[in-house]
Amino acid sequence: MTDLVQQDTRAMSVAVSKSRYQSEEFTRRLKARYAAERRFKMAGIAAVGIASLMLVILLGSIVTKGYTAFWQTQLRLEVTLDKAQVEERNFMPLLRQALYAQLPDVADRSSRRQLNDLLSSGAPYELEAFVARNPAVVGTTQTIWVRADDEVDQFMKGYFRRDVPEAERRLSDVKIAAIDALTAKGSLVQSFNTTLFSAGDSREAEQAGIWGAIVGSLLMLSVTMILSVPIGVAAAVYLEEFAPKNKWTDLIEVNINNLAAVPSIIFGLLGLAVFLGFFGMTRSAPVVGGLVMALMTLPVIIISARVALKSVPPSIREAALGIGASPLQTVTHHVLPLALPGILTGTIIGMARALGETAPLLMIGMVAFIVDIPHGWTDSATVLPVQIYMWADSPERAFTERTSAAIMILLGFLILMNGLAVYLRKKFERRW
Amino acid sequence: MQLTVLVLILALLTVIGFQAGRSRAAASVGGRIAELHSVPSYHGFYVALWAGLPALLLFVLWTASEGWLVMQMVLASLPDRLTTGDTQSLSLLKADILNLAHGISTGHDSDPAVHAAAAHYNSLHAIADWSLLAIGTCLAVAGLAYGRQRIVPSLRARNQVERVVSILLVLCSLVAILTTVGIVMSLLFEALRFFTVVSPLDFLLGTHWSPQMAMRADQVGSSGSFGAIPLFTGTLLITVIAMVVAVPVGLMAAVYMSEYANPRVRSWLKPILEILAGIPTVVYGFFAALTMAPFVRSVGQSLGLGVSSESALAAGVVMGVMIIPFVSSLSDDVINAVPQSLRDGSYGLGATKSETIRQVVMPAALPGIVAAIMLAVSRAIGETMIVTMASGLTANLTANPLEAVTTVTTQIATLLVGDQEFDSPKTLSAFGLGLVLFAVTLCLNVVALRVVQKYREKYD
Repeated sequence: MTDLVQQDTRAMSVAVSKSRYQSEEFTRRLKARYAAERRFKMAGIAAVGIASLMLVILLGSIVTKGYTAFWQTQLRLEVTLDKAQVEERNFMPLLRQALYAQLPDVADRSSRRQLNDLLSSGAPYELEAFVARNPAVVGTTQTIWVRADDEVDQFMKGYFRRDVPEAERRLSDVKIAAIDALTAKGSLVQSFNTTLFSAGDSREAEQAGIWGAIVGSLLMLSVTMILSVPIGVAAAVYLEEFAPKNKWTDLIEVNINNLAAVPSIIFGLLGLAVFLGFFGMTRSAPVVGGLVMALMTLPVIIISARVALKSVPPSIREAALGIGASPLQTVTHHVLPLALPGILTGTIIGMARALGETAPLLMIGMVAFIVDIPHGWTDSATVLPVQIYMWADSPERAFTERTSAAIMILLGFLILMNGLAVYLRKKFERRW
Repeated sequence: MQLTVLVLILALLTVIGFQAGRSRAAASVGGRIAELHSVPSYHGFYVALWAGLPALLLFVLWTASEGWLVMQMVLASLPDRLTTGDTQSLSLLKADILNLAHGISTGHDSDPAVHAAAAHYNSLHAIADWSLLAIGTCLAVAGLAYGRQRIVPSLRARNQVERVVSILLVLCSLVAILTTVGIVMSLLFEALRFFTVVSPLDFLLGTHWSPQMAMRADQVGSSGSFGAIPLFTGTLLITVIAMVVAVPVGLMAAVYMSEYANPRVRSWLKPILEILAGIPTVVYGFFAALTMAPFVRSVGQSLGLGVSSESALAAGVVMGVMIIPFVSSLSDDVINAVPQSLRDGSYGLGATKSETIRQVVMPAALPGIVAAIMLAVSRAIGETMIVTMASGLTANLTANPLEAVTTVTTQIATLLVGDQEFDSPKTLSAFGLGLVLFAVTLCLNVVALRVVQKYREKYD
C-alpha cells in the first residue's frame, strides 16, 4: 500500500517536472543559456587568440623583414697592388681598376662611373687594412673580397624588381647587367655578415653594425646593476624587516608604488635636469644612462625583493632569534639567503626592462650618431633600443633589414634573461 | 683612470682592514674568542668600515662637487670681458669650455682665451683627480689604522657595525623619496621658467601648438605658439583607441585563463602573454610604423577612406596590443582572488559558468579591475616610442582616428632631442608638458590604489 502511494507520488512528481522543466519554453531558455555560455567561452578563446596572433604577426613580420640582414654581398676582385698607389693610399682607384678588369665589355666612361657605385665606400679601408696586415703583398696581384654597396646587396636579395622601367628603378640597366655578369662569374657572393656584429654605427648600411650599441648597453646595464641591486635590496630589507609602522614608512611605501608607475620619459627629464644640468655630467655617457635606469628599476627591484622576503616564513626568524642571533644576523644569515632566488628573478626582470627602454635615453643624448665602440663609462655611446630607433628612421631598404636584425638580437637577449628568471623561479621554488 | 685606481685601492684596503681587525681581535685574547664581546669577524667589519666609509664619503662628495668647483676656478681666471655677460652667454661659454676640454669641436672659431680656459680646465681636472686619489688613500689608511687600534676584547663591535648598517639601510630606502623629490623639483623649476615666458593659461587652454622658435627675431612666425590642447586631445584619442583594444581583449583573456583554461593550457598561455609584455616599446613602434600603418592605410583606401600615412589608429591599436598583457595579468590576479565559495554557491543555484562569471565573479572583482584599467590608462598616456615612431609630430586638433596626431610624450621627446640651448621656451616647454604628464599619471595611480584599498571586498 505504502509502496503504491510512493510510486504514485514519484510518478506524479515526474509528470510535474516534465511539465515544468521539459516544457517548450524551458528547453528554449536552456538552449539560449547554453548558447550564451558557448559564446562567452568563444569570446575568451578569441581574446587569447587575438593576443597570440598579434604576437605571431609581430615576430613574424620582424623575422621575415630582417633575417636577410645576416648575409651581406661580397665582391671578389683581383687587385694589383701597385707600389706607388699604395704609398699614396689611393686604394679606391686600385679597386676600380680591378672591377673594370672583370667587366671588359663596359668601356665607356659614363657606364664605368656607374660601376663605381657597386663598391661600398668602405671598401678602400678594407683593402688598406688588408695591406697593413700583410705588408708583403705590395706590388703583387691579390684576390680579395670587399663589401658591395648596399643597393647591390638589396638587389641580390631580391628586394628590387627588375621588370619596372629603368627610370623608376634604383639600379640602372648597366648596373644590373654588371651584377648579372659578376654573379655568373662567381664574383658576387653572399656570405655571413660579420660587419653587423663587429662594427659601430655608420651612415652606409653595408658598414653599419650593432657592436657599438651592444657594448654601450652592457656598460649602461653594469652601472644600473651596481647601483640599483644593492640599494634596492637594502631598501627592501629595511622596509620589510626593520621599519616601524609609522607615517614615514607609509610615505616611503606609497612613494615606491607611485614611482613604479611613473612614465619612463619623466625619468629622462629627471636625468636631463639633474645629472646633465645640475651635476654637469657628459651627454651620451653610459654612466648617466645607467644612473637614470637605476632610478627607474629601483622600485621594481624593491617591490619584488619585498615579496621575496615576505615569503620567508616567520618561524625561520623566530628560530634564529631564539638561539641568540641579533635581528641583523637573522636577516643576513637566514632570511636573505632564503629570499635570494626571488630577489634574483626580480632583479633580472628589472634589468630586462632597463635593457629595452628607449625614451629616457633619448632625453640624455644617447641618440647621438656614434661610430666608435665605447671603451669606458664616460665615452659617448648608444644602446641597442636607441640604435633600433635611429635605424628605423633611415629610409634605405637596407636599414629596415638591419633594424629588424637588431630587434631580433635585442629580443634574443631579453628572452634569454626572462628565460633565466623563469628557470631560477622554477628551480628554487619552495613551499614552506 | 684615477677613479678606477682609487676604487680598487679602497676595495683592497677594506679587505685588508677586515683581515687585520679579525686577526687582532683574536690575538688580543690569545685565541680564546669566547672572551671577546663580539665574534672576530665583527671586529673585522668594524675596521673595514673605518677604512672604507670615510674615504667613500669623501669620494662621493668630491665627484658631486668637483665639476662645479673646477668650472668656477676656470671662470674666475678668465678675463672679465668674457665672464660679464648675462646668464645665457655665460652658460654658452661654459658649454664651449666643456666641449673643447673633452676634445669636441665647437663648430665655430672660439676665442683663444676660451681654448686656454679649456686647457686650464683639463689641467685642474687632472690635479683634482690625482689629489682625490692621494687624499682618499691617506684617509682610508688612516681610518684602517684608527679602527685597528681601537680593537680591545670589550669592544662592542657587533652593535656598532649593526648601527652603521641600519643607518645605511635607512639611507637606501630614502633614495626612493629623493628620486621623487628630484623629479618634482626638476620639473617644477624648469616649468616655472617656462611659465614666466608663456602664461599657464595660454599653455593649458591654447589650441595651437607650434613650438618652433626662430633663430633670428625678424624671421617669419618667429614667436612659437604653446597651446597644448591639441596634444592633450591627441593623447586622449590614442589612449581611447588603445583602451578599446586592450580592455576587452585583456579582460576576456584573463577570464578565460582563470576560469576556463585547464592548467596545461594556462601554463602555455601565460608565458605567451608575458612575452608580449616583455617586448620593448621601440619594437612595437617599429612594428606600428612599418607594418600596421601601411596596413591600416591600404584597408582604409580600399574602403574609400582617406587615411594619412601616420594615423592615430595604427599607433593606438599597437599600443593596445602592448597593454593587453598588463590588463590581463592584473585582472587575472583579481579574478583569482575571488573565493571559490562564491562560484560554488552560484553553481549550486543552477547558474551556468558564464552567468556565474558575469553576475558573481565580475562584480566581486570590479574594484580591482577598475584599478587595473586605470593603471593601464596611465601607462598608455605615458608611452612614448610607439607614437613617436608611428603617429607623427603634427599637432592636429581632431577626433578622427585616421589622421595623424601627436601626444604629450612624443613632443617631450622631440623637443629635447638634439642640441638646443637650455633656456629657450621651446626646450623649457618640454618640462611644462612633463609636469602635466606627471601630475595626470600620479593622480590616476593614486586613485587606482585608493580604489583597491577602499572598495576591496573582504571575504575571509
